[in-house]
Amino acid sequence: MPRHPPAPVSQAIQIRGLRYRYPDGTQALNGIDFHLDAGESVALFGANGSGKTTFVLHLNGLLRGEGSIEICGLPLADETLEQIRSKVGVVFQDSDEQLFMPTVLEDVAFGPLNLGLSPADALTRARTVLKRVGMAHALDRAPYHLSAGEKKRVAIAGVLAMDPEILVLDEPTTFLDPPTRRDLVTLLRSLPQSKVVVTHDANLARTLTTRAVFFDQGQITGEGDVIEVIQRFHWEYS
Amino acid sequence: MHHLVIDRWSRGSSPLHQRDPRAKLAALLVFLIALSTTPPAAQAAFVAYAILLIVAANLARLPIRGLAGRAALVLPFSATFALLTWWSGDSLRALGLAEKSFLSGMAALLLVGTTPLTGWTAALESWHAPRMLILVIQFVYRYLFVIAEQAQRMRWAALSRRGSRKRSRRVSFQFSAAAGLVGVLFARSWQRADGIYHAMLARGFRGRFVPAAPPPFQTSDALFFSACLAGCLAIRLLL
Repeated sequence: MPRHPPAPVSQAIQIRGLRYRYPDGTQALNGIDFHLDAGESVALFGANGSGKTTFVLHLNGLLRGEGSIEICGLPLADETLEQIRSKVGVVFQDSDEQLFMPTVLEDVAFGPLNLGLSPADALTRARTVLKRVGMAHALDRAPYHLSAGEKKRVAIAGVLAMDPEILVLDEPTTFLDPPTRRDLVTLLRSLPQSKVVVTHDANLARTLTTRAVFFDQGQITGEGDVIEVIQRFHWEYS
Repeated sequence: MHHLVIDRWSRGSSPLHQRDPRAKLAALLVFLIALSTTPPAAQAAFVAYAILLIVAANLARLPIRGLAGRAALVLPFSATFALLTWWSGDSLRALGLAEKSFLSGMAALLLVGTTPLTGWTAALESWHAPRMLILVIQFVYRYLFVIAEQAQRMRWAALSRRGSRKRSRRVSFQFSAAAGLVGVLFARSWQRADGIYHAMLARGFRGRFVPAAPPPFQTSDALFFSACLAGCLAIRLLL
């Protein structure tokens, strides 16, 4: 396999030749080359089953395929997995899968505690990010009792509490009503991290990102300015 | 959802809720040891144990009926052994077996109904209980909710497509539909549980739930445990 020079640190993500096949034989990713600059936000478009979610699960080592992945200059390997998971925060499409602790505060503190923070520091950090996402009133509530918009905010807080450098958002506005969606977009725009946004929503992509890549059958078939990609692939509902 | 009742109970603010989980766990152990070593003939002791639990439930502001109903779920499991004992001619022993299983269930429910999961598993951890056991408890607890939620959604979906007929005439059809539901429930629950596990890994999970706030053990906790110990010993030795 050819050796590549390490990515400059100003690159948040550098991926070369990523391939992944599921155990049932489905070739989900077939030679993906991708990069994300520090501070940049990019949208991932593509039909259902085109490989977008499989791709983002590779960004913090939840899936491991062939090819090379570098996150903030660190090659993804067993020894760097812990560091990389603290740098890449993934907000999953279904918040119910992300919120698993008995209370909102404990759920948000889950990540910082795993990072090795003391319980007092982890709880302080959890309170701070919950305040930032507008959920300071729900510290002791059970996550299952929250509305869809509140769950999404808490899920984002859980990831922000780990102080990541890159945010990966998988369909962040699914199941949200228009006012909640607007509030969430405002919140996401205020976050300084580099972002990878998986979405079918062209408006959301235009608001949050400047660049887009288009997935088709496990390959990137188009890439460029977000508006240009939307027009080229007719990626709008009407 | 209904299965969240115990979780909601555990978030109360009664004097019993405020006791340290370690004190409550120790009190439960003492109660169970006293109960299990009580001879079946000491029926007055069983009444006294029940009164002790009712007092504790009142102190915790938990509904006695709700607790008793859920504790009765253990009876079908102990009923087999109780019936066998009954047929062998030892009716008093059979009765004692049923009483012990019911009161044990109620005592365990009192613990989980007054202590959040993270509290009593942290207590187990502080006693150096096997980490794998604690992990299994935590996952089972979480995934039971996942399965219950999934089952409820599927039940609603099935009901919404049943039409006006309340029961299908064909039992075999009902059976095959139920079997199909169980199969799909397993597959979906597995998928969801896998998603939860992925989300945990993504946030740095390394095979151990780190307790958020180890509670301080106070004098009132020691007094509570001493009172429970004295009560159980008194019942066990005097009645």
